Amino acid sequence: MNAAVIVFPGSNRERDVAAALKAGSGKTPAMVWHAETELPDGTDLVVLPGGFSYGDYLRCGAIAARAPIMDAVRAHAARGGHVLGICNGFQILVESGLLPGILTRNKGLRFVCKTQHLKVERADTRFTSGYKPGQVIEVICAHGEGNYFADPETIARIEGEGLVAFRYCDAAGNLGGFANANGSINDIAGVYSEQLNVLGMMPHPENLIDAAVGGVDGLAMFAGLAKAA
Amino acid sequence: MKARVTVTLKNGVLDPQGKAIEGALGSLGVAGVESVRQGKLFDVELATEDRAEAEATLKAMCEKLLANTVIESYRYDIVG
Repeated sequence: MNAAVIVFPGSNRERDVAAALKAGSGKTPAMVWHAETELPDGTDLVVLPGGFSYGDYLRCGAIAARAPIMDAVRAHAARGGHVLGICNGFQILVESGLLPGILTRNKGLRFVCKTQHLKVERADTRFTSGYKPGQVIEVICAHGEGNYFADPETIARIEGEGLVAFRYCDAAGNLGGFANANGSINDIAGVYSEQLNVLGMMPHPENLIDAAVGGVDGLAMFAGLAKAA
Repeated sequence: MKARVTVTLKNGVLDPQGKAIEGALGSLGVAGVESVRQGKLFDVELATEDRAEAEATLKAMCEKLLANTVIESYRYDIVG
């Protein structure tokens, strides 16, 4: 699998996700600076990493979504190419129009940094083929603006079309309540595009790829992506 | 030509920052505050002196960047 990680000024998770892609696919991804206008030839997967692109100026992800490379990312997605946005990458995807909705300030106003459980909604996409439907996985949350919001029509559409990828839950798989630390509507932690080739998610699967460092629940995503490529 | 753009959250969109400010005003003893909503203000200088052209530019910049119309509405006023 040929993966390209887009690096914006203020990205800070690009090395973590590169390590996860290497661990999952055996191949080191290309690092692509945001001012580029083309992706490397043969790119299968584009990853928008976490961080604080452009210092979160204006709105999280707003400036990065208008960066020169994003036209190439949109074209890649339009061709059916796969795009994964994690944390700030998710914020960039909603700002760029590749995913519906928006991520607003956490309901409790605090930056949330903790281990989080997610329920995998479906396992028939390239991103989640390494999981089982309904499986509860462990990831890491680290964000101040992860409160997923969209108008009621949009929420009804993404729910109706099965475009919710992950929901916040506790270790036993119970949805919502205290497990939803940011106030997201319907406990939504991740969303697919209509064609299921673009995924945005707030928590970090790339931080759980090594048994010596917390666990390996995130590895299945990267290994699954590589297997399907 | 100078213009002022105001971007505010749409009605019904939760504004935790506004709520926190509201609470702080209460703890400062400022009485009679029913609610606070936080927004953004941009002062823009445009090269044109043509009002219609300025309005078209302002609308485009609001739609493309200054506001995210999923949750925000905007208004612009030409101020001189």
